[in-house]
Amino acid sequence: MRYTWSEEQRLLRDTVERYVIENLGFAARRDKPQTPRAAWRDMASLGLLGVAFDERYGGGGGSPLDTVLVMEAFGRGPVVEPYVSTVVLGGGVLRHAGDEALKAELIPKLIAGDTLFSFAYAEPRSRFNLANVELRAQTVGNGYELSGQKIVVYGGPEADVLFVSARTAGDTRDRDGISLFMVPADAAGVSRQDYQTMDGLTASEIAFDRVRVPAEAIVGEPGGALPTIERVIDDAIVAVCAEAVGAMSALNERCVEYCKTRVAFGQPISKFQVVQHRLVDMHVAYEQVAALTLRAALALDQDPVSRGRAVAAAKVQLGQDAVFVGKNGVQLHGAIGMTEDLDVGHFFKRITMINSLFGPVEHQLRRYRELRGHNEGAARGH
Amino acid sequence: MNLDYSAEYLSFQEEVRGFLAREWPLKAEEAQLPREDQASLFRLRATKQGYLYRGIPVRYGGSEQAADPLKARIISQEFSRVGAPRELERNGAGRLVPTLLQWGSDWQKEHFVPPAIRGEHIWCQGYSEPGAGSDLASLRTRAELVGDQWVINGQKIWTTRAHLADHMFMLVRTEPDKPGREGLSYLLVPMKQPGIEVRRLRQVTGDASFNEVFFTDAKAPADWIVGERGQGWEVSRTTLKFERDQMGGPEQGLDLFRKIVGLAKRTTRNGVRAIEDPEVRQWLVALEGHVMSSYWSGQYQFSLGAKGESAGVLDYTGKFLTMHVIGLEAARIAQELIGDDALLLAQVTGAKAPLGNERWVNHNLGSLAANMGGGTSNIQRNIIAERGLGLPRDA
Ligand SMILES: Cc1cc2nc3c(=O)[nH]c(=O)nc-3n(C[C@H](O)[C@H](O)[C@H](O)COP(=O)(O)OP(=O)(O)OC[C@H]3O[C@@H](n4cnc5c(N)ncnc54)[C@H](O)[C@@H]3O)c2cc1C
Ligand SMILES: Cc1cc2nc3c(=O)[nH]c(=O)nc-3n(C[C@H](O)[C@H](O)[C@H](O)COP(=O)(O)OP(=O)(O)OC[C@H]3O[C@@H](n4cnc5c(N)ncnc54)[C@H](O)[C@@H]3O)c2cc1C
Repeated sequence: MRYTWSEEQRLLRDTVERYVIENLGFAARRDKPQTPRAAWRDMASLGLLGVAFDERYGGGGGSPLDTVLVMEAFGRGPVVEPYVSTVVLGGGVLRHAGDEALKAELIPKLIAGDTLFSFAYAEPRSRFNLANVELRAQTVGNGYELSGQKIVVYGGPEADVLFVSARTAGDTRDRDGISLFMVPADAAGVSRQDYQTMDGLTASEIAFDRVRVPAEAIVGEPGGALPTIERVIDDAIVAVCAEAVGAMSALNERCVEYCKTRVAFGQPISKFQVVQHRLVDMHVAYEQVAALTLRAALALDQDPVSRGRAVAAAKVQLGQDAVFVGKNGVQLHGAIGMTEDLDVGHFFKRITMINSLFGPVEHQLRRYRELRGHNEGAARGH
Repeated sequence: MNLDYSAEYLSFQEEVRGFLAREWPLKAEEAQLPREDQASLFRLRATKQGYLYRGIPVRYGGSEQAADPLKARIISQEFSRVGAPRELERNGAGRLVPTLLQWGSDWQKEHFVPPAIRGEHIWCQGYSEPGAGSDLASLRTRAELVGDQWVINGQKIWTTRAHLADHMFMLVRTEPDKPGREGLSYLLVPMKQPGIEVRRLRQVTGDASFNEVFFTDAKAPADWIVGERGQGWEVSRTTLKFERDQMGGPEQGLDLFRKIVGLAKRTTRNGVRAIEDPEVRQWLVALEGHVMSSYWSGQYQFSLGAKGESAGVLDYTGKFLTMHVIGLEAARIAQELIGDDALLLAQVTGAKAPLGNERWVNHNLGSLAANMGGGTSNIQRNIIAERGLGLPRDA
């Protein structure tokens, strides 16, 4: 728990934070640009890529809380490595759907930093509805042929291996009939359009044109992948919430410091009560998102309904409060908060993007409402 | 009370509509000209007709019409409705010109007004300094009269378009022994000279539209001062007031609202067009409420102005409503509407993100910048509190 981290967790947090500030954070990147994948290798050798995986595969054997710790530290950077796409999304597919042989083969490569993954699940018409899958996988011989389109595939440009959701049966929005496929990023018929995202990360639009894969490319239960997909996305939502919590805490610290030193009208602006109250509201906002994020992390291994509610609640809170902190962080700095050279604006951008990732407020509210109805009378202790 | 137009104004409205139906968009080969040229041509015709630059004497290139805020408003509404070019709004025509008309010498008006409204001179606004933003009166860049020239030393910052500008209007300290605002003067300065160095600053939006400007013995002719020595603060208030009005203009809210409705029509949500989604409609209606209240309060303000009465606090609330409430709320709705597109900045190869929706991402960031541009929202609130509500100064 955040309030009583274990000795190892404290150590992990301190190591990651120090490493992020010295190597991956905004100032470090601005002052000494890195060669691609150098940071990735460092992260591998520090064991950061493996915290959440079983010790059996060379991982840290940690709980979802360890991922929260790492992501909070990344948020304080902010870090722009494809960690969520490879470790949380790609690694999540492996953890939750992979069979023993696949895990034993690929997780060590992921942890070592040798193989990068990405998860292609969103489509032009899916709009955060994970069951809305049009990309088709047809049986051809004793394998499959994939045709269709995926969008905003985070970390797509860096990925060696793609996990792809595809429809093997049923209609566009059916919950059944969705399968997961493992496709090499350079397979014939895969074409990518790469983007830089607002916050300095990357994404791709990927077209699949009759991409042939063998039957063994299916990961998990054929036709029954949706629960896995939902679980993986929930893991990722908690991860980015934690990242936002880190970004909020760093931004709040910057603001308190800056307001104490910036002078206007003959006094530090921190003496103006509106400024003080704003800082207090920002701190309160941070505490709320931090609390719900932690609660969501602890709910990840519960049943899907409890998990979904906790995760949606955290994401809603984030949309309301993190965006508030981001905007005010910029406002309190005045024009300098709008400059490329200061991290303040970059925290704001990352927070803004996290708000959109995996569905913004309205989407999560609807989800919460639906799950709430589902759970009526279940009388769980929360 | 009646906020609708009287018969006289309704017929004026008809006349403007007729003119626009004939003149905009340009026809035949004129329609092939570059956009900027089309706009200039149209502006000349609209000025000749008496619709643009109404407060500016004919000898300075204006149309010299009797002051009539309601007519001005009808023109701006009708032009906005059909997307016809309106008056240039940037620093020159929008801010410097009104200031010169009120404070400038005849020579300054002759020399600077016509090229400003034709868009031939590009002006930048040199107010803010590293140590003086909200508290502008504490600025330290100084100018000393040596012979027939001002010699300027110091630094400005956040100067939008300084890298493009050929002129700057600026506030400088000319009376070092007078305190605060009493020691300031309003100077016009040519930008292309050895004593001025412009360094570009990048914004988080990726834009590089603002700058640092360094002055090392930069020069301006003695008669390029606007108003008297030590009167700079008063003079600069004119410019800032125009800036506030422009940013807070109710047409801006309407324009923004139209654009966001357009976005809702273009995007799909839960399988239907977003504009048909009850939730989206609810947000849009709430936003329209703000836009309409800003619009009608503007209408009321103008009708007071027409009768020569003061609008009191309303004078200050326009920008506040448009920027702080409408701008930010529109940014939020846009963010929800564009979904995943919100994440894409630009293709790594090639220039455009899908649908051009990334414009809205920039709107989101830009709405923060706009919140600061003519004074931060805290400062706007302070002004409303002190001048509007008669409250004492905070510290
Ligand atoms: C239902 C109720 C029960 C109560 N019971 C008790 C009781 O049992 N025993 C008891 O002793 N008292 C009791 N009180 C009184 C209560 O403690 C006072 O109302 C409270 O401390 C505020 O004081 P005030 O009413 O004089 O308001 P003021 O102190 O005059 O405040 C007026 C307004 O000014 C604002 N303000 C004041 N100072 C600042 C500042 N520095 N910065 C910003 N804003 C400021 C306040 O927020 C408030 O909005 C009770 C009050 C209520 C309403
Ligand atoms: C995109 C952009 C373009 C600009 N273009 C120009 C330009 O062309 N020319 C030009 O001269 N300037 C320009 N500016 C500068 C702009 O005018 C200043 O940013 C603005 O006046 C605020 O000053 P500052 O940035 O120094 O913030 P500060 O004054 O340092 O303010 C920092 C924070 O303190 C708060 N604060 C300060 N005083 C008080 C108070 N008394 N009570 C409560 N809160 C307070 C502010 O609200 C703000 O949140 C531009 C700014 C931006 C963002």
